[in-house]
Amino acid sequence: MEIGLGHYLTVAACLFTLGIFGIFLNRKNVIIILMSVELMLLAVNINLVAFSHFLNDLTGQVFALFVLTVAAAEAAIGLAIIVVYFRNRGSIDVDEINMMKG
Amino acid sequence: MIAALFFYLFAILSVASAAMVIIAKNPVHAVLFLILTFFNAAGLFILLGAEFLALLLIIVYVGAVAVLFLFVVMMLDVDFAELKAGFIKNAPVGALIGGIVLAELALLFLVHGFDFGAAGSVQSAMPSTGSGIDNTTALGRLIYTKYVYFFQAAGLILLVAMIGAIVLTLRHKEGVKRQSIPVQNARNPKTAIEVLEVPTGGAILPSTEGQG
Repeated sequence: MEIGLGHYLTVAACLFTLGIFGIFLNRKNVIIILMSVELMLLAVNINLVAFSHFLNDLTGQVFALFVLTVAAAEAAIGLAIIVVYFRNRGSIDVDEINMMKG
Repeated sequence: MIAALFFYLFAILSVASAAMVIIAKNPVHAVLFLILTFFNAAGLFILLGAEFLALLLIIVYVGAVAVLFLFVVMMLDVDFAELKAGFIKNAPVGALIGGIVLAELALLFLVHGFDFGAAGSVQSAMPSTGSGIDNTTALGRLIYTKYVYFFQAAGLILLVAMIGAIVLTLRHKEGVKRQSIPVQNARNPKTAIEVLEVPTGGAILPSTEGQG
């Protein structure tokens, strides 16, 4: 059976949906939320590379490279913020992040 | 046939481990399942002929991002059992939103089909298999010519992320003695030596400060 574009898009759609589901499922745990965001970015990357392959155009892979860069930067900054927040509050509960609320 | 077999292997494993990421009780297990997901996605990339991106995914995600997650999970002394509360309560909302997104995606593909236009332009066209140019070379030729400014911007983003992470997490502890070269160099006999008049038969107790 020939594997086409649709197969890869289906996998990416499943991963993206799992990422969204994970954000709602683990609403209190920031670390798992960050991991869910990483899953969604991975799904986008799979989409870009799949289109790049089936349209015979390398631009999609270049784009995926930049998405990868931004994802890595986002993870580093996000985890740094979590570490600082944990030092100040002793918890990473999302429900308690309301220090800036007026 | 073999390619299809490997596609299903990587696809099923990546989706299953992605599901385990979000339902795992132990966050360390969640990080390890995230690593498994990335490995299987790298396998999918290799099946798509993007070897460079596949290995980059393993190096960047497994080597850097996942290890960073692992460090943070292990470093923070968080009561994860408490954070799991409301897990079941939130499930219906999440399932609803996720189901809506999945339905939208499925509807889009069902209505639109998988025909997404013509092949790419000549400049960024993928090299054919027999041309002797591999994926990495082709990608490099594109990145360093047409997308060189974007490439520089990506480097700038990484620099900003590095500086930001260091500035956020660096902290100066109180009460730690540090060496200060300028202060040491600025010492002269006037500030370092104190001449005291000791009365005959008397004593002066050494002062407790200013001995550094």
